[in-house]
Amino acid sequence: MSEQSAPEQETAAAGSVAVEDQAVGVRAEARATATGTPVPAGGTIVPRWLRWALVGSALVVALWLPNGLYPTVAVDIACWALFAVAVDLLLGYTGLMSFGHAAFWGTSAYATGLAAINWGLPFPVAVLLGALAAVVLAIPVGYLAVKRVGIYFAMVTLAFAQMVYYIANQWRSVTQGENGLQRVPRELFGLDLTDEYYFYYAALPIVAGGLFLVWRAVHSPFGRVLVAIRDNPARARALGYPVHRYKLAAFLLSAFTAGLGGGLFAIGHRFVSLDVLHWTTSGKAVIIVVLGGIGTLWGPVVGAAGVTRLEDWLSFAGFEQIGLVTGAIFVLTVLIFRRGLWGTLAHWLRRR
Amino acid sequence: MVNFLQHTFNGLVGGAFLALLALGLAVIFGMLRVVNFAHGAIYMLGAFGAYVLLTEVGLSFWWALIVMPLMLALFGMALERLVVARLARLDPLYNFLLTFGLTLILQDAVKSRYGVQSSPYDAPEVLSGTLDLGAFDFPAYRVFVLVMAVAVCVGVWWLLSRTRVGMVVRAATERPELSTALGIDVGRWVTPVFGFGIGLAGLAGVLAAPIRAVNPLMGADLIIVVFAVVVIGGLGSIFGSVAAGFAIGLVQAWVQALGEHWALLSQVLVFLVMAGVLLWRPAGLFGREEAPA
Repeated sequence: MSEQSAPEQETAAAGSVAVEDQAVGVRAEARATATGTPVPAGGTIVPRWLRWALVGSALVVALWLPNGLYPTVAVDIACWALFAVAVDLLLGYTGLMSFGHAAFWGTSAYATGLAAINWGLPFPVAVLLGALAAVVLAIPVGYLAVKRVGIYFAMVTLAFAQMVYYIANQWRSVTQGENGLQRVPRELFGLDLTDEYYFYYAALPIVAGGLFLVWRAVHSPFGRVLVAIRDNPARARALGYPVHRYKLAAFLLSAFTAGLGGGLFAIGHRFVSLDVLHWTTSGKAVIIVVLGGIGTLWGPVVGAAGVTRLEDWLSFAGFEQIGLVTGAIFVLTVLIFRRGLWGTLAHWLRRR
Repeated sequence: MVNFLQHTFNGLVGGAFLALLALGLAVIFGMLRVVNFAHGAIYMLGAFGAYVLLTEVGLSFWWALIVMPLMLALFGMALERLVVARLARLDPLYNFLLTFGLTLILQDAVKSRYGVQSSPYDAPEVLSGTLDLGAFDFPAYRVFVLVMAVAVCVGVWWLLSRTRVGMVVRAATERPELSTALGIDVGRWVTPVFGFGIGLAGLAGVLAAPIRAVNPLMGADLIIVVFAVVVIGGLGSIFGSVAAGFAIGLVQAWVQALGEHWALLSQVLVFLVMAGVLLWRPAGLFGREEAPA
């Protein structure tokens, strides 16, 4: 139904070159500025042994993390990594920049918090419920948003997220308004998880599961179709793929992953405030993706670690105007470092 | 009936700000294909600038009304030359991200100097009273805001449709390559148009200073409403953006007039309308279907 009515569909069918150029999305830029070869989605150029070595060392780092960092920061990094990977699934692999993903992260945070407070559920179950709540919200939002592409998609998702923010702000009986949800319990079969150090390890399987889910999706035939849509929606459609439905599916999967992160964030902080729904939160997730490297799964994880660590360090140093620093980093990244940390590394490896 | 008129009037005033901001966004987008996230921050700078000019330099509202838009237009032109132009050839999303980063910087820069509390700013003496226009007393300053906004919108329309400059800008907006091929120097107009759009946001900010709370975050949530407004009107359409701005302002005021319980609806209404427009006419009410960005 929507497939026929959307304008992008009709114009693309007309086969106009100009329209095609605009609809390709962010990756078109990667091709324009990089050495000329488009970056393949899975980084298949990297040899297999290197990839396993990467996964192995990532696991080691993940297991060591709360020993080297303040455990609260380690938990934050894990949550933001999930969030950023979710945003990158859309931005890097589907060519859609969601600037409203705080809606899913935040909805899940509230849903998880409420489930944990009111029903005393084990926290993984509460997080799962939260992520499902995010998916339920993502169905109408995604259905409407995928009707537009490019900059409009960003504006539409941003606007819907703001709507969710206003609703949460006004719906005080549920969200407690400005006070937020307090004392979110961390129940897990009677285990004592009050220490952040142990909670990190309890949460790690969920994080790993979420990341694996996205990795699996990206490297499946489904992921290949997403990349095809990103690179050339008109051709994907001509080949018979229902582009809107694929985009919506990617959107839902992304909302679910962001929801896992948001739910863990709520349990990790034992507190949910309106900040989780604010547009600055959506923006921060996009910053992390760009800084880490669009269209790489490692990039958002590295970016999450970097940004979270930096913010922690700044607030520890008593620096209040964090926006000055993150804003400046963002401006510089967009101006001179568009490949991001991981993208630069991969590019450098590929050239050798 | 009198009440209804009063709410209608307030709605038009509220819509005037949305329309001025949407107009600036649309003008910039038309020429540069850039959606300026910093538009709300510029609006805030306009209001804050008026406050700073009054308290630290001693310049009155009338001076601010001239000085701030000009200063911000110059700032915008410098910005375009120094950074926006560097990303012009890339996907428009990059400039969206750039101006988002800029928004964070501008907001926090003002916050670090002036704090987050609102600064009081009084309307000029001449406009502090009310105007009796028959049905009820209109606050003179709000009438002034409405007249200014309508005058600016009409002025821009006149500029675009009746002058040579406007013709060039419209040609460059609609068919950049063809215009270049016909010997029109499109690039020459990019910087002034960007500055002009930024100046409009600054003007809206100065106008807002006496009736809205002047604080570093005053433009933060407003810009998202303006985004929804331009999606409704059709970002490529200047008329659509202005009309949608006034319309949303009106409807918001009417719903607000229904009472306390409707506060949430008046806040989210613009987004609901946007959802409806996306279902019915995805390109926006006045947008053209052949130009999806």
